[in-house]
Amino acid sequence: MTQTRYYPTRSPEPEKEKTGGGGGGGGGTAMRVIVPLQGVVQGRGGLVLGSIIPCALFYFLQFYLKRNRDDPDDQNESSSPPQNPTTPSPSSEQLTELPALTRSLSRPLLSPRNPSGPIPISGRVSGIVKGAESPYYIGLRRIKEDPYDELDNPNGVIQLGLAENKLSLDLVKDWLAEHANEAILGNGKELSICGIATYQPFDGLMELKVAVAGFMSQVIEKAVTFNPSQIVLTAGATPAIEILSFCLADTGNAFLVPTPCYPGFDRDLKWRTGVEIIHVPCRSADNFNLSITALDISFNQAKKRGLKVRGIIISNPSNPVGNILSRETLYSLLDFAREKNIHIVSNEIFAGSTHGNEEFVSMAEIIEPEDIDRKRVHIVYGLSEDLCLPGFRVGVIYSLNEDVLAAAKKLTRFSAISAPTQRLLISMLSDSRFVQTFIRANRERLQRMYVQFVAGLEKMGIKSIRSGGGFYCWADMSGLISSYSERGEVELWDRLLNIGKVNVTPGSCCHCIEPGWFRFCVAILTEKDIPVVMDRIQKVLKPAN
Amino acid sequence: MEFTRNNRQLLSKIATNDRHGENSPYFDGWKAYDSNPYHPTHNPHGVIQMGLAENQLCFDLIGKWILENPDASICTAEGVDKFKDIAIFQDYHALKDFREGVAKFMGRVGGNRVVFDPNRIVTSGGATGANETVMFCLADPGDAFLVPSPYYAGFARDLRWRTGLDIVPVDCKSSDNFRITRAALEEAYEKAQRSNINVKGVIIANPSNPLGTVLDKETMRSLVGFINDKNIHLVCDEIYAATTFSSPRFISIAEIIQDMDCNCDLIHIVYSLSKDMGFPGFRVGIVYSFNDDVMHCARKMSSFGLVSSQTQFLLAAMLNDEEFVGNFLRESSKRLAKRHRVFTTGLERVGISSLKSNAGLFFWMDMRPLLKEQTVEAELELWRVIINKVKLNVSPGSSFQCSEPGWFRVCFANMDDETVHVALERIREFVLQGKEEEKDVSLSHTSKHWRKQNLRLSFSSSRLYDESLMSPAHMISPHSSIPRSPLVRART
Repeated sequence: MTQTRYYPTRSPEPEKEKTGGGGGGGGGTAMRVIVPLQGVVQGRGGLVLGSIIPCALFYFLQFYLKRNRDDPDDQNESSSPPQNPTTPSPSSEQLTELPALTRSLSRPLLSPRNPSGPIPISGRVSGIVKGAESPYYIGLRRIKEDPYDELDNPNGVIQLGLAENKLSLDLVKDWLAEHANEAILGNGKELSICGIATYQPFDGLMELKVAVAGFMSQVIEKAVTFNPSQIVLTAGATPAIEILSFCLADTGNAFLVPTPCYPGFDRDLKWRTGVEIIHVPCRSADNFNLSITALDISFNQAKKRGLKVRGIIISNPSNPVGNILSRETLYSLLDFAREKNIHIVSNEIFAGSTHGNEEFVSMAEIIEPEDIDRKRVHIVYGLSEDLCLPGFRVGVIYSLNEDVLAAAKKLTRFSAISAPTQRLLISMLSDSRFVQTFIRANRERLQRMYVQFVAGLEKMGIKSIRSGGGFYCWADMSGLISSYSERGEVELWDRLLNIGKVNVTPGSCCHCIEPGWFRFCVAILTEKDIPVVMDRIQKVLKPAN
Repeated sequence: MEFTRNNRQLLSKIATNDRHGENSPYFDGWKAYDSNPYHPTHNPHGVIQMGLAENQLCFDLIGKWILENPDASICTAEGVDKFKDIAIFQDYHALKDFREGVAKFMGRVGGNRVVFDPNRIVTSGGATGANETVMFCLADPGDAFLVPSPYYAGFARDLRWRTGLDIVPVDCKSSDNFRITRAALEEAYEKAQRSNINVKGVIIANPSNPLGTVLDKETMRSLVGFINDKNIHLVCDEIYAATTFSSPRFISIAEIIQDMDCNCDLIHIVYSLSKDMGFPGFRVGIVYSFNDDVMHCARKMSSFGLVSSQTQFLLAAMLNDEEFVGNFLRESSKRLAKRHRVFTTGLERVGISSLKSNAGLFFWMDMRPLLKEQTVEAELELWRVIINKVKLNVSPGSSFQCSEPGWFRVCFANMDDETVHVALERIREFVLQGKEEEKDVSLSHTSKHWRKQNLRLSFSSSRLYDESLMSPAHMISPHSSIPRSPLVRART
């Protein structure tokens, strides 16, 4: 549970640390290639690219080695450090211990029980077995072991690290108490078990698509209509994103992802697909707003390295910052995508969780039905956030590209939504009076919590970026970390968890390039919790100041 | 930029290739059914669906239980108090009660000879998702799995499409009753090795889909011995375990390895409630691995196909109701046995035999005598006649990669008794008409020459020659134009 289990993936002094690692580790082919290249990249490309290039090289090297494994004349194999887990150099450790789920193709010794040599498993497993756990998972486990409860466990850990909205659950509950009996059990007399138990279309019941399309329009609060036949439903936004990744890119292709970003992208976009992520750093000086210039630079650098960029993935409102992309930005994004001939995946799962006065513009509003570019735009949506129902597993792919829809429909058989749950949601979302009340109340409550939380932080001198949507407060604690590095950030995170007993998400999990930023999920709290959280944070900060 | 023209180039290989294997007759059969589905009153000449392995025989029991336990579906006044916990539950470990219920159920289905550990239960989106998850965990793109043929048509998609794996079929022969022999396994393995294919394991379905047979103890022990010697994995797809309706009993791989000296890290079970409980709509698949690393990895992957918490909750209550489960399993196998008997004896009466089986929601029909010649083309020709003229959607053996032409999979549990009679009647007419035409052959050469040819070889057995006259017009339905569901139904 200490920070030693988590090796930083990003360092403020990367050159020093990494060169040292390469020298001390005794090299091997992989390291000798990686280290100098890293230096080269450092000059132009910045920290993020500095770690991506060696990762990619490392991956390709292993791939190459694997291909040639059966060749007896191959000298590389025996001398290759990645294949030899017993003597890792510091920098190879860094590469393999990316907290993300790497798709490394190396095959380490896995089981002590095995009598006859290593059991070959897939590279996807080895990534997990070898990789250190990220703070995200460590935090989750602590919550499970010792959850805060005002009465039963007042000294337990308070959860601020999940994307969960508990503010308006009571509204959903009331609706269920009144209507659900009918929704799922028919009218109480005749239960239509055939409509529930038998095979249903894997991409979702048409009735639910119609209901979801209506809900999406209501959430956006504009005259944007969604065509139900352009919708594919999946068991949550996670498979929706993965399915799009599978459809739009081949192994080794890349997506541009502006950072700080949703921590789950490493898993959703690249783990099983083998697709690469190229982070496009956004900076606090710009309030972490996306700039086309940064996109362009990242795109060109990827191209120079021979990486084929297949698309750009944005979250709007953004996670973790809560920025809402302006109409102009969306238009320039579309121009950019057209110019480079790539896709745009717009993750809009927080569209109904906007609060404050900023206007939210969906990508669906930007693309015209006759627009030739409509085929390159794909929207991801879900009911987990906006309807407080993460347990029900409903994700949405909205695309005007028939080929993508056709492939996605076939792929949904790996992640379809349970039919009884669909029936229930059809009734719920078709009740437009309920939906209207719910969306309004939920926004008000989110706004209230957010304002209170931000005020609480400000009292302690902690500033945050003004959020327009989502469940989070993205706070700047860089003045409070012991060293201006990821190590310092993780140290503070560790203290927040173990001394303050609050589980938050450190910026490094969101691939933020500036250390010291933290993500607080405010929607998971009640108003009573806020003073408790503030006291605990205060307690942690005291000795550091 | 001319996006539309280049559009497909901008998509991935997965989106544009056809490794999903859905361009086979197996899936064409669905389309024939979809465009003209049988209905006793609205469309009595439509195609009867006999390609869908769905278990609808015990829906009344399930429906009754749900109505009697309204609080289990959390969506009633009685159950809504639990709602707050359930609605936001997204832990990929799945609800504890649900895991316990599934583990207990699996144990019970296996005759209570093995205790399954609830903490090893990993959920997935149906058996489809479970199979894919296991493949993702065990092998890298380019690796291969040995699969005894005939095997489930969907394996081509589930095991290969997104994972990039390959399937190496292990041919099983009718002369052996399609048993999986060590010799055949060795041969396939060595052949793969010679072609430089890295074999990562063997996957078997027990009870077998499409055969409807269960593996005996010796076969399983020899299988385990084989994979243990080669140090490769064994994945057992046991989704039809509880559909075993007569002896010999179903034996889970978990029971076999209990008293065998083998490396348990190589053993993985795939399970599901879609067939045994008849719940494909609930999308519950299970990965049960004896290998800790695979278990952890599969659990992380379950994020891509989590079972709705509402459904988990409902099933937890149902599976933990032991009296209900016991009653359900007894009644289900009784009804399956009866339906199987009605079908197979009905076919025997017109001289069509099938592989002796005692499990599954289907049987393996032997139409070899009706083939013009022993080729896949002849099989598909016969199949087209059955689909288009006899109007039954059965699945040809070639779509299960059967090495011998002339076998067909017939599903029997997705229809009511009435439909069974109609289906049997259609087959009888077809067979008898064939004989009639053969008799006419010497008198005149008609436009039905092909059919004569087709059936000339068919009825050497003398008891088939007691025929009655049937009107062929009766079988050829006018093109039906009844409205059908706008949805293309998804299926297995």
